Amino acid sequence: MSKTLFDKVWDSHVVQHIENGPDVLFIDRHLVHEVTSPVAFLGLKNRGIKVKYPERTFATADHNTPTLNQHLPVKDPLSANQLKALEENAAAHNIPYWGLGHDKNGIVHVIGPENGITVPGATIVCGDSHTSTHGAFGAIAFGIGTSEVEMVLSTQCIMQPKPKSMRININGTLNKAVTPKDVALFIISKLTTSGATGYFVEYAGDVFKNMSMEGRMTVCNLSIEMGARGGMIAPDETTFEYIKGREYTPKGADWDKAMEYWQTLYTEDGASFDKELTFDASEIEPMITYGTNPGMGMSIQKYIPLAEAVEGGVATYKKSLEYMDFHEGDSMIGKPIDFVFLGSCTNGRIEDFRAFASIVKGKKKADNVTAWLVPGSHRVEEAIKEEGILDILHEAGFELREPGCSACLAMNDDKVPAGKYAVSTSNRNFEGRQGPGARTLLASPLVAAAAAVTGKVTDPRELMEEVLA
Amino acid sequence: MAYDKFEILKSSAVPLPIENVDTDQIIPARFLKATERKGFGDNLFRDWRYNSDDSPKEQFVLNNPIYSGKILVGGKNFGSGSSREHAAWAVYDYGFRCVVSSFFADIFRNNCLNVGVLPVQVSPEFLDKIFTAIEADPNAELEVNLPEQTITILASGAQESFEINGYKKQNMLNGFDDIDFLLNIKDNIEKYAENTPL
Repeated sequence: MSKTLFDKVWDSHVVQHIENGPDVLFIDRHLVHEVTSPVAFLGLKNRGIKVKYPERTFATADHNTPTLNQHLPVKDPLSANQLKALEENAAAHNIPYWGLGHDKNGIVHVIGPENGITVPGATIVCGDSHTSTHGAFGAIAFGIGTSEVEMVLSTQCIMQPKPKSMRININGTLNKAVTPKDVALFIISKLTTSGATGYFVEYAGDVFKNMSMEGRMTVCNLSIEMGARGGMIAPDETTFEYIKGREYTPKGADWDKAMEYWQTLYTEDGASFDKELTFDASEIEPMITYGTNPGMGMSIQKYIPLAEAVEGGVATYKKSLEYMDFHEGDSMIGKPIDFVFLGSCTNGRIEDFRAFASIVKGKKKADNVTAWLVPGSHRVEEAIKEEGILDILHEAGFELREPGCSACLAMNDDKVPAGKYAVSTSNRNFEGRQGPGARTLLASPLVAAAAAVTGKVTDPRELMEEVLA
Repeated sequence: MAYDKFEILKSSAVPLPIENVDTDQIIPARFLKATERKGFGDNLFRDWRYNSDDSPKEQFVLNNPIYSGKILVGGKNFGSGSSREHAAWAVYDYGFRCVVSSFFADIFRNNCLNVGVLPVQVSPEFLDKIFTAIEADPNAELEVNLPEQTITILASGAQESFEINGYKKQNMLNGFDDIDFLLNIKDNIEKYAENTPL
């Protein structure tokens, strides 16, 4: 029987199948951060056991770290305590720890691929729902809870029922100013935030074939926002090119052997999916969200839908617009904004900074805007400097902060104040996500840049035309 | 972590008829800084439950004394968003042992099962019946019977069955967790690992 990419990777990692229950799935690589791991390490301590395969485990600090003055002691005692706990746990269990100040430090889903920890055909988990990012390489990667972190630390396995399969095909050529972020927001707006719950998604078609690895990471990252546990893209030359020579990828004869296997990782003709959806690339425009979940998105030129026109409960929809202080039928274009956040595991990579810089180059940050530009890692930060992007940003009145998850989840001091509007390149616009009472508009780095220099929601194509003219 | 066994739960319920309740609402990120699993119930639904000056928002259901019980009944797509198990801990720590909805987000459902909170998925029609029953009588009791896999509105006798995989059901009935199981098949795992390069 013809197999899907997902079947191939999943089936080869099943240690044992439990009758009328989940599969015991072996995990190749486990990423650990400070927020979802301390209780898991405590569990190991209580059982008197050690991490089973520390060489398959990697730890970083990202969720709860400051983005200014990282060389100074962390001020918030609770955050400092959590960071200390991870440092001590990593040392006690011989796990490599890339904490604050380490040159490999950064957001867990940025540094995994950067260092070659992420490879095709692997199973990768982390106590973070955006672990789906790593599916861009043809890996099965998904987020887990702390009990499961404890399972993986203690046994390198997890117990999961095999999810259903879905394929999303997008063919054709993307329109001007349409980025991978827009592609993902478009899909989520079509499927809603629960449309892929219970499924693992494969993205296929011209659009993904032609996408860079960083773009694929952005798309797979957002799989969770349509309810899917993860999303993946078959590895190809773009993938192999990206991973070759990175620290943790195989070398020499091991590379050749791995390549032989990786080249078998694709969905065979005739393989069937539980659900299959197809869209045309030309349908997709630059996107923006107007509500309090990532499914509430639309083309930036459109009007906020009427309650009667949307699926789901009218009361929930109205509550959402009330929180945003938006109204049915409003245009998003021209709405004043207060903050811009460029960063996160969704859009905190070098291509995102290049895109942002392409718009703000030669312009000035709007006076009413506070902008937080947060690279996903020190490597990204270095590239921003080396490529001259930092000069462009400085010239336009922007500052660069230090790496971390920052205002995406606002665990640190990077909190948008109540009632203020932020155009964010991150992944969630839930109530209070970026700070209690904060209002988030999710968008691409291009849309964020256009908002940053105009102080309001602006179609980036207008500014791009200026550049051309 | 071990938890109390779950067999039959008879209790009044707390209604939250809102869709897409995400884990950032269940427990906002700024309350995830602990290194131990305790006290999360105090911050369950923090920003819906309290004003910024920490005074209770009277209209929120958890602050309304007429509603109580060990069962939380939520709208469709309950628990979407972040994988934070702290959300399930907060639900448990507050005193709920069961969450009922017409649809659950995947990771939240898993997390609940791993910490001793039973997620019960019912049809949208049955969910409406539950909300209607609680509206008519805030003390209306539900009976969640795990061995039989049924949920019943006791006043009317309306009943529906729910699904749970056999393995997880046994775990919930016995208060076991997955790590006990995995540690017992250590040899199989080691054999697999030997043949799996990094």
